[in-house]
Amino acid sequence: MSGRVAWPALPALILLLVFFLFPVVRMLGFSLEGGTLEWYAKALGEGLYLRVMWNTFEIALLVTLVCLLLGYPLGFLIATTTPTWATLGFIFVLLPLWTSVLVRTYAWMVLLGRNGVFNRLLMDAGITSDPIPMLHNFTGVLIGMVHVLLPYMVLPIYGAVRRVDPAVVAAAAGLSASNWRIFWRIYIPLTLNGIFAGCVLVFVLSLGFFITPALLGGGRVIMIAVLIEQQVREALNWPFAAALSAVLLVATFAVYALAQRFTQPEART
Amino acid sequence: MKGKPLSRRLLIVAGALIYFFLMLPILVVFPISLSSAPYLQFPPPGLSWQWYERYLDDPQWIDATWRSLYIGGATAVLALLLGVPLAFSLVRGRYFGRVLVDRLALAPIIVPTIILSVAVYGVFAKLKLIGAWYGLVLAHTVLALPFVVLVMTAGLRDFDRSLEQAAEGLGASRWRTLSRVTLPLLRPSLVSAGLLAFISSFDEVVVALFLAGANMTLPKKMFDNILMEIDPTIASVSVIQILLVTVVMVLIGRFGRGLRDSAR
Repeated sequence: MSGRVAWPALPALILLLVFFLFPVVRMLGFSLEGGTLEWYAKALGEGLYLRVMWNTFEIALLVTLVCLLLGYPLGFLIATTTPTWATLGFIFVLLPLWTSVLVRTYAWMVLLGRNGVFNRLLMDAGITSDPIPMLHNFTGVLIGMVHVLLPYMVLPIYGAVRRVDPAVVAAAAGLSASNWRIFWRIYIPLTLNGIFAGCVLVFVLSLGFFITPALLGGGRVIMIAVLIEQQVREALNWPFAAALSAVLLVATFAVYALAQRFTQPEART
Repeated sequence: MKGKPLSRRLLIVAGALIYFFLMLPILVVFPISLSSAPYLQFPPPGLSWQWYERYLDDPQWIDATWRSLYIGGATAVLALLLGVPLAFSLVRGRYFGRVLVDRLALAPIIVPTIILSVAVYGVFAKLKLIGAWYGLVLAHTVLALPFVVLVMTAGLRDFDRSLEQAAEGLGASRWRTLSRVTLPLLRPSLVSAGLLAFISSFDEVVVALFLAGANMTLPKKMFDNILMEIDPTIASVSVIQILLVTVVMVLIGRFGRGLRDSAR
């Protein structure tokens, strides 16, 4: 099995062509039905749909920021602790990652609902007399998505912190740099790659998110993936769904392409 | 903990809080699944197995579970049968278009699942494949293939080829070398790839939502139930699912190639 072996790839290639590439290209073709760009004009021009695009972008950006704020300390902690603690830390990052998104979404509904755990605790403590709306709105979607995507931020940051040469840190400490100074002047610059990789991954995954906004948004927070589903299943408007898919796909690839351009010089050391 | 600088202690406190946030859903689901209350109540007033009994007594839940198990199993088998040769050709082949094939094989995890689902739904509706379990297996295999390719190419890159050369030098045929030397040595990677493919199908909702039709898989049944009512039966199903995935992950840790190794 060496040399110019191409044929073992063939069966998988056929599957990918028939059940992946062809269906996607076929559907995207619907968006140009009639030879006009009217469906794209609708997706990117009408106020209602523009709002959905903006919502999606805003949520993705916010989720990425919150994930970075929570993910950096965690990745840093796991990377700089003893091996035993690191293993434990890893398990507790991976356990939620491997728990079904549905299970977690259900749990958040129980926690965030009108009569949910949080509201009951807040009301029992006398902090609020009326339940605070945390579900079926922006907050709920944000919390649910951050929870699902946080591990994708932690892992690349962990990797980047591990790659920081301990000798550099020791040298800085030897020259009596404070911990804060070491963090800001050594760790942050040297882990920019990991930060960047994590942010790109979380942002791109957020753009196409469906289950969490569909369940925790309760029909009130519409992201682009939810809109695509509605157009296919309820409105049966394939051309419009196709145009929306094309927009989402282009945005996804654009972010990846940009990311590759920026990381090319270091080329994954 | 003595002698640690303040900044480190603050970091540990922050880390503990973030871990609490990560574990919160799991910490909530377990007690609810054991609740004796007739409806959703937290914390539960007492303990009972009623929600587990409700799950086990409902043929719809059990059917959905079986369907998810065999669709996951079939997906794992198909993804390995297609993905392992693909990985071999990607790592060891030198041919025109190899980079393109590599991109295409990984594309299903980059392209948003909703797009793949809607696109395949359109084709399957024409072919009358909606609701067919093998249709779902084909779509899930597309999604599982990138995992198999990632794990197997990582395993193959680290493979010591002198062992194969030794076998061939001693007169073993190509196929004998493959079946007696190469594949057995790659077993940890094969185990990880197969189990990851299984889990990716077993947990998959979006594609199933479109393609499963009236034949529910477990995640689709859960999605529908969550949409309609917050019935604690979901909590017991959730616990069962968490336990099953944990078992699979322990199996990967024990017999597979570590996830950390595969992530390079």
